[in-house]
Amino acid sequence: MEVTTKSMPYEAWKDNEYIEKLVQELQENGTNVIVGTFDKLINWGRSNSIWPLTFATSCCGIEFVSLGAARFDMARFGWEVARASPRQADFMMVAGTIVNRMVPVFRRLYDQLAEPKYVIACGGCAISGGPFRKSYHVAKGIGDIVPVDVFVPGCPPRPEAMIYGIMQLSRKIKVEKFFGGVNRQERNQKFFEDHPMD
Amino acid sequence: MATIQEKISKLFPAATFEQADTLQITIPDAQLQSLARTLRDDADLAFDFLVTIVGMDWKDSLGCIYYLASSTHANTLAIKVSTTDRENPMLHSVSEVWTIAEIFEREVYDFFGIVFIGNKDMRRLFLNIDWVGYPLRKDYDTNPDLNPVSIENERQSDGTDMYLENAEGKIEKKHRLIFEKDDFVVNIGPQHPATHGVLRFRTAVDGETIKKIDVYMGYIHRGVEKLCEDLTYPQTLHFMDRLDYFAAHNYHHGLCLCIEKAAGIEVPRRAQVIRVIMDELSRIASHCLFIGTFCMDLGATTMLFYALRVREQILDIMDKTCGARMTFNYDVIGGVMADLDENFVADVKALLAVLPKNIKEYNKIFTGNVITKNRMEGVGVLSKADAIDYSVTGPSGRASGWACDGRKTHPYSIYSELDFEQVVMEEGDSMARFKCRMKEIEESARIIEQLIDNIPAGDICAKVPKVLKLPVGKWFQMVEGCRGVFAVYLESDGSTKPYRLKIAPPCLPLAAVVDHITSGNKIADLITIGGSLDYIVPDMDR
Repeated sequence: MEVTTKSMPYEAWKDNEYIEKLVQELQENGTNVIVGTFDKLINWGRSNSIWPLTFATSCCGIEFVSLGAARFDMARFGWEVARASPRQADFMMVAGTIVNRMVPVFRRLYDQLAEPKYVIACGGCAISGGPFRKSYHVAKGIGDIVPVDVFVPGCPPRPEAMIYGIMQLSRKIKVEKFFGGVNRQERNQKFFEDHPMD
Repeated sequence: MATIQEKISKLFPAATFEQADTLQITIPDAQLQSLARTLRDDADLAFDFLVTIVGMDWKDSLGCIYYLASSTHANTLAIKVSTTDRENPMLHSVSEVWTIAEIFEREVYDFFGIVFIGNKDMRRLFLNIDWVGYPLRKDYDTNPDLNPVSIENERQSDGTDMYLENAEGKIEKKHRLIFEKDDFVVNIGPQHPATHGVLRFRTAVDGETIKKIDVYMGYIHRGVEKLCEDLTYPQTLHFMDRLDYFAAHNYHHGLCLCIEKAAGIEVPRRAQVIRVIMDELSRIASHCLFIGTFCMDLGATTMLFYALRVREQILDIMDKTCGARMTFNYDVIGGVMADLDENFVADVKALLAVLPKNIKEYNKIFTGNVITKNRMEGVGVLSKADAIDYSVTGPSGRASGWACDGRKTHPYSIYSELDFEQVVMEEGDSMARFKCRMKEIEESARIIEQLIDNIPAGDICAKVPKVLKLPVGKWFQMVEGCRGVFAVYLESDGSTKPYRLKIAPPCLPLAAVVDHITSGNKIADLITIGGSLDYIVPDMDR
């Protein structure tokens, strides 16, 4: 099964193995014909209207603003509905450095996102701490704090890279099991058990 | 300078003087307050602008260096105070002389643990209340287990300790509440679309009227100053892009000038011209983004798209020459990193051609709009005296009538040869701050017009030793960022790394003045006022 989005040719994607692994998992588990059809329909809708949370701490956030403006125009893809409240958003673009004081706030925002929720780590700082990794007051990547779906490297990533990153997320959403799958809160339980903090 | 020295040595016989690039007065702590008062109030001295307070750890002693400038003349002055007590360091506060010192001293307390006697607010500024150690001290324990990353909410206090000196000269500790007992406090931020980043306001309101705002920062404090102490001079430059990311070129320029001054490097003329053009281009881009986001705060979303159109055009020009849209790393010690793109001149001319049309369009859509006028005119008035007292520089200070443009008051690079006006307005309200930036776009365009046809040929970078060592000493440099005076203080112990690099951002005073400027206004105006001040949170937090 070739999973693609926005008429991108399948060969143009990177990290296809990851998606193929997800597809394989999906097929192995098997599913009811009716539920499977609904899954497809809902995922088609979900993957084309991913709403971001307006969340930015530094430089990357400005590129995210550019992404919303006329030139890069993320409205073409159905992502333009940036919500200021996490309750209404689907994913969180972590654009910028997360420092010690911000960690509890960031975690709370993540917890407030309604299921199913996704996280994109955008830029070097969110991925690993970036240029500030050696600092006394910087979290070394958000991968230890919340489960991350897509990593977009760059300092800051160009808006084109952000578009690609969100499109990858959209692809991932397409091959998920909506009923009895992603909506389950237990899904993230394991992550938090594996990554205890303090 | 000699007259200042004579005058002060007569009044304060205990003072000693040292002439670096700035005259430095060393004074015993007990006389600091009276010296500060004299410097501010004396008509000839008139040092009413406190640029920054540099906290210092000289290993055997702790102390502060106060950098002063003036709103009436171009002299700068430094005062040095120190204490040898490392366990319980205490100095006298100058917050009664310059109000902005209150927040500067809190920063020094946070980084060095120096307590200021007489400062009304001695809470930590950027770090948690339970933070172990003072990070900028040389003997700070960097073990991450002492201060782990935690998902538990941080402990907060509603009060602060004050240290006051009584009549007999004894220090008394007193507890004071930040808000009054029956205040109704609303929390705004850190995650809020209109705070322009992760800034938090604890707002005491009476109905809809703001009584007091406690600005709570540190949500993006990345410890840049400490990081710089472990990096070589060329490496420290890269952080300048990530402070105020709209003024990346200007900040780079500032630190480069400081290091070049210290190393005695002569920058080729071509590089100087390129740097100034880049500075002004980023000023236009920055002000365009200000217009966009500010109007969006007021609900005029369309303006964001209009304003970003020009910004994208500038980013394209920068992209071609610098290879990046935002963090350029273009200015290097001795010049610039790469030569101009072959289409640079044509691209800039195309930009200059469309700019007047765009500004006319912005004015037509937004400035004259009746809603705009009602929401901005007469709202958030900052008087000239208060602007100076709070060190509010940049367009926000100039909108209050204070001619504080660093390009005019302390000319650097080739700015003294250029013909441009300093935009100064009298009203001091949100509208003036907005209009001031509009006019500055035109002035920046004028500067670029003068230079674009006369970029001299030649080298783009001077010869700089591969391993750059600075002589022992200290240097101070001010430049005009997009939001105000950006200053760097550099102290070298003769090695390849800075002993201390202090970054004095313009946005910290902009945030500190929010409480003063909003009190008595309606809570809805907080957004307009905050937006018109145009602070950048990573810049104030560093």
